[in-house]
Amino acid sequence: MSTFIGDWHALAVLFVAGVIPNQIWRMLGLWFGGGIDEGSELLVWVRAVATAILAGVIAQIVVQPPGALASVPDALRYGAVVAGFIAFMLTRRSIFAGVVTGELFMLAGTWWLG
Amino acid sequence: MALPPLDSSQWQSPLRAFAWGLRSITQTILTVVLFVTYLGIGALAHDTHFSLAWALASTLFVWAGPAQIILITTLGSGATIIQSAIAVTVSAIRLFPMVVSVLPLMRTPQTKRRELIFAAHLTAVTLWVECHRFLPQVPRERRIAFVHGLGCGLVSVCLCANTVGYFLAANLTQTLGAAILLLTPLSFLFSTARNSREVADIVALVLGLVLYPVAAKMNSGLDILVSGVVAGTIAYGAHFWREARA
Repeated sequence: MSTFIGDWHALAVLFVAGVIPNQIWRMLGLWFGGGIDEGSELLVWVRAVATAILAGVIAQIVVQPPGALASVPDALRYGAVVAGFIAFMLTRRSIFAGVVTGELFMLAGTWWLG
Repeated sequence: MALPPLDSSQWQSPLRAFAWGLRSITQTILTVVLFVTYLGIGALAHDTHFSLAWALASTLFVWAGPAQIILITTLGSGATIIQSAIAVTVSAIRLFPMVVSVLPLMRTPQTKRRELIFAAHLTAVTLWVECHRFLPQVPRERRIAFVHGLGCGLVSVCLCANTVGYFLAANLTQTLGAAILLLTPLSFLFSTARNSREVADIVALVLGLVLYPVAAKMNSGLDILVSGVVAGTIAYGAHFWREARA
């Protein structure tokens, strides 16, 4: 059971660094929701920043890979994203085609490099 | 599976509406995308030495893929609690406009704010997209129950995916472990790209990808925040300039 739960300190960190900073925006949205115009310029900026932050998260995982992904050479990780993106565009924006192509590119590359 | 017509007796019980919401998770490819993403999050939690309970609790209580990944990667790379909390809260700002735009779809003049708390918690990009698709087919007074069903279904799928990913990462060869971790950036990239229609969205996505490696050179612990605010503000500028010219 202890390996399932891990240590309580980590769970406390989850709430302080993860749950509260995340949940606060939902509750603010619930609280102030009525008074804000959906098309307002402020929300356009907020959405743009949020999208760019998400892009940063994507880039971080590819550029500074965690765990087992770090064993894959740089060129292969970047190549997989590019190959997936080409497939995504060619299939009129199919998420499935992009993900599968990117994965196959990486697996074929690691197999070929031995 | 098609939802019953708006005047059907099927909609008379809130429990039935909940069940229709639950069943609607089979009607969208985004369920598969979520499954894959949370498979990756489970594997990431394992590789960063968090417990399975920790990973499941993060899914239940955070319920936002990007925030969970930022939390795991920043804590795993030795950032302080404050640095992680700032990076998470910045990534979560996007939930604010989502909640603001989605709750009016479920509200009736009689709805009390506390009845919307759980729906607000469930709001994340997938639910937000699906609400705009499904809710016009659901009678207004049953929409909250429907959304509760839809959200609970998606959370359950993700809890299963976390567990599977966690054990797969523990038992797989390095190559397959890497393949699971690669699922997350790929599915995020393509689902964000598919939802990007406005100029501001596209510029923000592309610049955000390009500027992160530059910002990472500063090694401030707030790299994602810096590149995100700069890229997002430039993207907003592009939107503003286009509107002004039009």
